[in-house]
Amino acid sequence: MRIPLSWLREYTQLPADATAEDLLADLVKVGLEEEDVHGFELTGPIVVGKVLEKTPEQHSNGKTINWCRVQVVPDGQPQTLDGKGIDPSGVQGVVCGAHNFEVGDKVIVTMPGAVLPGNFKISARKTYGHTSAGMIASESELGLGDAHDGIVVLSKWGLDPEIGTDVLQLLHLDDEAAEINVTPDRGYVLSMRGVAREYAHATRTEFTDPACAIKAPPANDQGWPVRFEDTAPIHGKLGVSRFVARRVNNIDPKATTPSWMSARLRLAGIRPLSLPVDISNYVMLELGQPLHFYDADKLTGEIVVRRAHEGETLETLDGKTRKLHVEDLLITDESGAIGMAGVMGGLATEVSDFTTSVLIESANFDTISVSRTQRRHRLPSEASKRNTRGVDWYIADKAAQRAAELLVELAGGTIDAGVTDVGEPPVMPTVQLRADYPSQLVGYDYPEAQVNQVLGDLGADVSQQRDDTDGTTIFVVTPPSWRTDLNIPEDLVEEVARLVGYSHIPATLPVPPPGRGLTKAQRMRRRIADALAGAGLIETLSYPFVSEAQNRTFGSPTEETAQTQRMVKLANPISAEFGWLRTTILPGLLETARRNVSRGFRDLTVFETGKVFLPGDTIGSAAIPPLGVRPTDEVLAEIEAGIPAQPYRLAAIFTGHDSAPGPNHTPRAYDWQDPIGAAMDIADVTGVELSVRQGSHHGFHPGRVAELVVHDEVIGYAGELLPKLLEDWDLPERTAAMELDLDALIAAAPDVVEAQPVVSYPATYQDVALVVDHDVVAAEVQQTLQQAAGELLEDIGLFDVYAGTGIEEGKKSLAFNLRFRAADRTLTTDEASEARLAAIAAAEAQHGAVLR
Amino acid sequence: MTDTSNLPPEVSPADEQAVEQAVQAAIAAFEAATNLDELKAARIAHTGDHAPLTLANRLIGKLDKSQKADAGKRMGQARGKMGKALADREAQLQAEHEARMLVEETVDVTTAVRRRRQGARHPLALLQERVSDIFVGMGWEIAEGPELESEWYNFDALNFEPDHPAREMQDTFFVEPTDRHLVLRTHTSPVQIRAMLERGVPTYILVPGKTFRTDELDATHTPVFHQFEGLAVDKGLTMADLRGTLEYFATSMFGAEARIRLRPNFFPFTEPSAELDVWHPDAKGGPQWIEWGGCGMVHPQVLRAAGIDPSVYSGFAFGMGVERTLMFRNGVADMHDMIEGDVRFSMQFGMEI
Repeated sequence: MRIPLSWLREYTQLPADATAEDLLADLVKVGLEEEDVHGFELTGPIVVGKVLEKTPEQHSNGKTINWCRVQVVPDGQPQTLDGKGIDPSGVQGVVCGAHNFEVGDKVIVTMPGAVLPGNFKISARKTYGHTSAGMIASESELGLGDAHDGIVVLSKWGLDPEIGTDVLQLLHLDDEAAEINVTPDRGYVLSMRGVAREYAHATRTEFTDPACAIKAPPANDQGWPVRFEDTAPIHGKLGVSRFVARRVNNIDPKATTPSWMSARLRLAGIRPLSLPVDISNYVMLELGQPLHFYDADKLTGEIVVRRAHEGETLETLDGKTRKLHVEDLLITDESGAIGMAGVMGGLATEVSDFTTSVLIESANFDTISVSRTQRRHRLPSEASKRNTRGVDWYIADKAAQRAAELLVELAGGTIDAGVTDVGEPPVMPTVQLRADYPSQLVGYDYPEAQVNQVLGDLGADVSQQRDDTDGTTIFVVTPPSWRTDLNIPEDLVEEVARLVGYSHIPATLPVPPPGRGLTKAQRMRRRIADALAGAGLIETLSYPFVSEAQNRTFGSPTEETAQTQRMVKLANPISAEFGWLRTTILPGLLETARRNVSRGFRDLTVFETGKVFLPGDTIGSAAIPPLGVRPTDEVLAEIEAGIPAQPYRLAAIFTGHDSAPGPNHTPRAYDWQDPIGAAMDIADVTGVELSVRQGSHHGFHPGRVAELVVHDEVIGYAGELLPKLLEDWDLPERTAAMELDLDALIAAAPDVVEAQPVVSYPATYQDVALVVDHDVVAAEVQQTLQQAAGELLEDIGLFDVYAGTGIEEGKKSLAFNLRFRAADRTLTTDEASEARLAAIAAAEAQHGAVLR
Repeated sequence: MTDTSNLPPEVSPADEQAVEQAVQAAIAAFEAATNLDELKAARIAHTGDHAPLTLANRLIGKLDKSQKADAGKRMGQARGKMGKALADREAQLQAEHEARMLVEETVDVTTAVRRRRQGARHPLALLQERVSDIFVGMGWEIAEGPELESEWYNFDALNFEPDHPAREMQDTFFVEPTDRHLVLRTHTSPVQIRAMLERGVPTYILVPGKTFRTDELDATHTPVFHQFEGLAVDKGLTMADLRGTLEYFATSMFGAEARIRLRPNFFPFTEPSAELDVWHPDAKGGPQWIEWGGCGMVHPQVLRAAGIDPSVYSGFAFGMGVERTLMFRNGVADMHDMIEGDVRFSMQFGMEI
C-alpha cells in the first residue's frame, strides 16, 4: 500500500513538514512494515510558459526544429529566478523538436537547473546554432505517462494557468508517497481510511474517518433490480452479502481526470486511464471498497449474482475469454455473465470513451469465493487483493455515493434517484476478554483502564461484565466491522500489545526442565562429518531435485531394480527435467564436483549428507483433518504411513590427487580405494564393524565396486565410477565415489562400547604368504585365517598381493601379517606357530590356498 | 705391531718427573685433538697397551718394595688425571660434533609441503550446530522432522485455512498426485506439531533443517534453504519469555552488544505475532535494523491441533533463516556462494564458525 502524504494529511494531523521516511518510522510502531518511498523525481524550476515565437528551421540532418521564445514571467513582472541560463527578461529561448503547438499556447518549461526523472539535468546548451535555455516538456519527459505525441499543451488538459506558475504545485507533483507492507490479516489498511486510523494509533493523535462525511441515501424501489441466487455457497457462506448499485446519467465522456487525482493515483502506483476508471480506483484507495462501473446502456435487465453454469464463458476486460468454473461467482444480466464477482468485469459492458450513463457496483463478496476464483484464473488485482482480505460491509453504500458524487463533480452527470442496496449485514462475533489476560500472556502489566482505552480506540463496542468467582472484569468486545481479523481473545491481546507498543515488553528467560543434550544420531552425524573434514574432505550442499534418469542410475544397484524403483515427482518443479526428489545423493554431488572441476579444482574430495526420498506403497493420504482439532491416533497413523521414508545418506567423491606436488613430495592419485577407506573410517567413528565385499552397481566400474556391509546387510557402495558416466559428467577418469545409508550405520552403532582389557604381555609376529586362484577374494581368505587362528590372533592385515614371476599363471600370492598375543601370559613361538598352521589349513581347505 | 718410534722414552714409575711429563704430554695431545678421530688416536698413543705410562705401570712390580707404594700411588694419580682430561675432551668434542651435525642438517622450512589436504565443514551446517549448542546449553532439545511432509502438518495444523491468502504466500512445492496432500515443507514449523504430539508438555525444542519454496535462485533467494525454529510450551509462558529467549540467543550469536526489536506482524500460527529485527552495527551502508525472523505466542488453534489445552498451557515460537543469518553475520553477499558447492567457500570457514 502506497500512501500519498497529501492525501493522508486530509484525515490526520500528519505535520506539514513530515517526510515519507518520518511517516514510515511512525507506522512501523504499529506493525506496518516500511517498504519504500516514491516520488515524481522532479526538481524545479519547472514553470508555465507561453509561446511567443515559433520559427521552424530545416537542418542539414533532415530534421526540422522550432526555435521558440517562451514567456515564463507574467507581463510587467521581473524574473525572480536567478541562475545560469535564466534570462532576466523573463523570456527563454528554447529549441523544440515537437510540432504539436502554436504561438500563444501555454506549455511546461523546464528551466535550467531543473532535474527530470532519470537524473536528467536541464541546463542551457548550444544546439542547432542556438543556445537552448531549457526545454518544453512532454508527458514522458516528466514521467507522467508514455504519450509520445509531442509536448504538453496545457489547454488540452483543460488548464489555463497564469504564466510563471510553478508546475510542480499546479500538477500536484510536489507530493510523495510512503509504501508499507500490509499483512494478509489487515485488509482494512489497504485504504487511506485504514492507514489514517493506524497513523492516529501510532502517534496518539486525532483523525477523521472519511466515511463519516459521506451521506448515502437509503435503498428505494427505483434502483436497478438486483437479485442473489447463490445455490452453491462455499462452506455454507453466501458468495455475496451486499450489493449496492447507483446510476449516474449524462456524464461527459470527454471529461478528463484532474491533475490532483492523477497525481495521487500515480503515487499510489496506479496508472490513470480514464476519468470513470480513475474515480473507481480513487474511491477504492480512499475507502478500501473495490468498485465496478458498467456502461448502464449496455446492461440488459435484472442483475443476478450466481455461480457459473457448466461450460459458461466470459470475455473479461483484458480481452481474454475465460472458461468459468461452476464455483466462480458471477455478476449476470439477461445477456449472461457480465463479470467475475470481485475479480474482473466483462468486456461487453465495459465503460468506454462514449459512455454517458454509468452503473456503479459496490458489493461485498465472500473472501474465500473471490480468493478461489482469483487463483483459478490467475487474476490478482488491486480489487481482488482487497476482496480476498475482506472489505468493511458498512462502507459499500458510502463508497457508491462517493463515486457518484465524484462523477457529478468531475464529469458533470446527474445521480439517478434509484438506489439499490441488497443484502444482510454480517453478525460480528463478540469476544470475551478478561481484563488481566493481556498482562498474563504478554508478561507486562496493562492496567484495566488501558485495555479498555485500546479497545475503544480500535473502534470496538465494549461492555463490561464481572467474573462471578473472582470479580475480574471481563470486556465483552464487538470488533468494528472493518476488523474481521479480531475473533479470539488473543487477537485482542495483540491489539493491546501493539497499540501500547511492543517496545514495552520486558525480557525474562524461562527455565525449561533439564534437557538430555543431543541424541545419539545427532552426535554421530556431527562426529562423522567432522572426521571426514579432518580427513581432508570438504562438505558441500546440493539441491535434492534430480532427473528421473539420475535417480535410476545412482539410486538403485541394478538395471532391473532401477526400473521398478519408486520415486517422488514434484507437481510444480522449477525445472521439468529435474522434477523428481532424489533417491540418492550422488547426482547432486557429481554436479558439485563437475562445477568445481570446471572452475579449475581438479584435485577434489567433497562429501554431502542429506535426506533422500524413498516412497513406499502409499504416497500421502486422501483427507486433510480440520484445523484446531487433534486428529485421532488412527488418522495420524494414516498420515504418517503416507509420508515416504527419508533416511540420511552420505556420499563422497574423490578425483585427482590427494595433495599438491612439492619438493620431496609426490602426490598420490585418488582411486577406488579412497572411498572404501573413507567408508571404513566413518564406520570406525561410530564403532560399527563394516565389511567390504566385491559388489555390483550399474553406476560403478563393474570390477571396482565394493558393497559396504553391516550385519550382513548392504548399506552402501564404494569404488570407481563407471568410465562412461564420468565422461558424461565431464569428470576426470578414475573418479571414485561412495554413498551409504547413514541412518543404518548409526543404528548399528553400539549405545555403549564394552571395553576390552589392554594386554601388556609381548606379542609374537608371523607372516603367511598363500597362493590362491586369481579370482579368490582377499577379504574372504583373511576372514578364514582370522577365524581359524583362534583367540590368540590379535590382529591380521594383508600387506602384499603379488602375481607374476614365480607364481603360476592364473594364481596370485596374498601375504598377510599376523600378530598373536595371549591375555594372561607371554606367548611362546610354538603356540603362535600352531595357531598359524591351523589358519593355513583352513585357508587350504576353504580357498584351495597353498603355502608359498 | 704398534710403531713405537715416535713415542717418548721409556718412563720409570719411580721417576716422578718423567711420569708427570708423560701425563702432561698426554693431556696436551688430548687437547690438541680437533675431532673424535684424532682424540681416539691420541687416546691409543697415551693410554693404549704401548703407551709409556701403560708400560710404566707394568714396571711397578719390578721396583723395590720400598718404591712400590709410592709408584703405585703416583701412577694411579697420573692415570686418573689423564683419564679425566680424556673424558672432558671427549665430551667437548662430542658436543661440538653434535652441534655441527645439527647445523649441517639445516633445511629451508618454508619449503615444507602439506602432504595431506585439510577438509572443511559447510558453514550452513556449522551454523546450525552452533545454534543448536546455544539452545542445548539452555536445556532445550533438538527436534527433527521429515522434509517431505503432509499438508496437514505444514499448513492446517498450523492454522493455515485452506483458502487463506497466507497459504498462497508460501509458494509451495507440491508432489504428485496433489490430491494425496504431500508438500516439501515450506518452513520448519511442522516439527512444532510433531514435537508437541510426540513429547507432550512441557516442551522446549529447537529445530534446524532444510525448507523449500518455489523461488528461483538469485543473489538473495534459493528454492532450498534452511531455518531454525524454536518452540516452548509450558504453563505461564509469556511474550516477555519470548523476548528474553531471543535476546539471549542474539547476544550468544552476535556478541554482548546485540540488540533486538519486535514489531507487530501476522502469522497464522502465532497470536500475538511479531517480526524480529536485530541491530547490525557493522552493516554495509551503516548501522541498521536487519529483519531476522518471525515469532509470537503459539496460536490456541495450534495447541489444540496438537491436543494441548490452551487454557492451561501457553507457548512461544520463533523462526529464522540460516542463510540470512550467515549473510549478515559473516558478510556473505551472494546466495550462489552458499549453495553452489564451490570448495573455496567452505574452505574459508574450516571447522568452526
